[in-house]
Amino acid sequence: MKVECAKTMAAEEVKLLKTWSSLFGLRVVWALKLKGIQYDAIDEDLSNKSALLLQHNPVYKKIPVLVHNGKPISESLVILEYIDETWKQNPILPEDPLEKARERFWAKFNDEKLLPSIWGAFTKEGKEREEAIAAAVENLKLVEEELKGKKFFGGEKIGLADVAFGWLAYLICVFDEVTGFKIVNERYPLLLAWMQEFSQLPIAKDNCPPHDKLVIKFQALYEKHHPAK
Amino acid sequence: MSEEVKVLGNWGSCFSRRVELALKIKGVEYEYIEEDVYGNKSPLLLKYNPVHKKVPVLLHNGKPIAESLVIIEYIEETWKGTPILPEDPYEKAMARFWTKFVDEKCLPALWRAVWSPENEREKAVEEACKCLETLQSALNGKRFFGGDTVGLVDIAANFIGFWLRIIQEATGHGDLLSAEKFPTLFKWTDEFVSCSVVKQSLPPRDKLLAFFKARVAEANASK
Repeated sequence: MKVECAKTMAAEEVKLLKTWSSLFGLRVVWALKLKGIQYDAIDEDLSNKSALLLQHNPVYKKIPVLVHNGKPISESLVILEYIDETWKQNPILPEDPLEKARERFWAKFNDEKLLPSIWGAFTKEGKEREEAIAAAVENLKLVEEELKGKKFFGGEKIGLADVAFGWLAYLICVFDEVTGFKIVNERYPLLLAWMQEFSQLPIAKDNCPPHDKLVIKFQALYEKHHPAK
Repeated sequence: MSEEVKVLGNWGSCFSRRVELALKIKGVEYEYIEEDVYGNKSPLLLKYNPVHKKVPVLLHNGKPIAESLVIIEYIEETWKGTPILPEDPYEKAMARFWTKFVDEKCLPALWRAVWSPENEREKAVEEACKCLETLQSALNGKRFFGGDTVGLVDIAANFIGFWLRIIQEATGHGDLLSAEKFPTLFKWTDEFVSCSVVKQSLPPRDKLLAFFKARVAEANASK
């Protein structure tokens, strides 16, 4: 029987290629912290990608990349599942296959529906923006529904879906500030309560990027997408 | 123990057929319910997939699971026997990586290339071919993406394995997947469709060809 533990006997090398602001990289940080895994953080400058990044993620050339004993894994949700299977303490996924499927379904929903719609609302203009907002509203309604009777998406404790949705807890207020438009508003009381709970978790409290620095960054991005006419 | 497995699907959907292939690999008996995805969505579909209102949906003892790749992971975990994913966590991660690549990059690029207007076609084909080239590299001398047997990536790539060549025949454009351009990927499509369990999970060739010929005619008529 294999015994998994946070500190392994043989030298274990865990590196994480990320950036200071990427929400995808932050998910992986949260998972590593949750499990108490020691790792080397390497912050990339995406305007000048390192040879290491290009070597370890030749397909996408993106962060995050987890490198475990020299072997690279890319794509944040793939990384999260790998972390959960490799280090067994504080599991992110439940044992029950149906519950696991539910977690995966909602993590996917964030990545494929909710996040793109909110990003669209942030970056687009005119009719496209209206459509993005309408999609975001629909998506938020569904997410609100899913939280009924639950503290976290995972139930009493966080799971994969919470980690996937976690960006809302610290980044949506930045969008609110920059755009002057509150997309996650009082229409979603359960989601607002969840955001509060999530942001109080030690992994979130100790590991989110600084708010002011994020505002500066996203203000600049906003101006880029909405040039003054 | 009496077990009830149902699949809400559509005969021509590669996503729906992925789920059927996974169930057949595991030797799981199931009841198939055809959904008319172009017409009115049935109350059953709206009840069991209220979020996306799409096929496929797997119903296991009355509990619904949606999203084909989520369903396949559920199938893998629920029914032991012939594995769809490797045991080793790193190899598993690689399989999931390539599966995502197929779903998020290859399939949309191929679909765009197939239906793009003439003036955008060259660029769309170039992008789709880049995806195919990258995917081909994942085969790395193996018979299937899964090694000696069909695995998750092979199942996810069923569109490329079967649908794509039929669509190329329907459109008259053979410039995406060809033996000349992608010899090992092309060979994989032959291996894929001649696999007996895969054969059982594929829609009838003639029906699919006729379906796409009609879609092409519709697209041309609206120009």
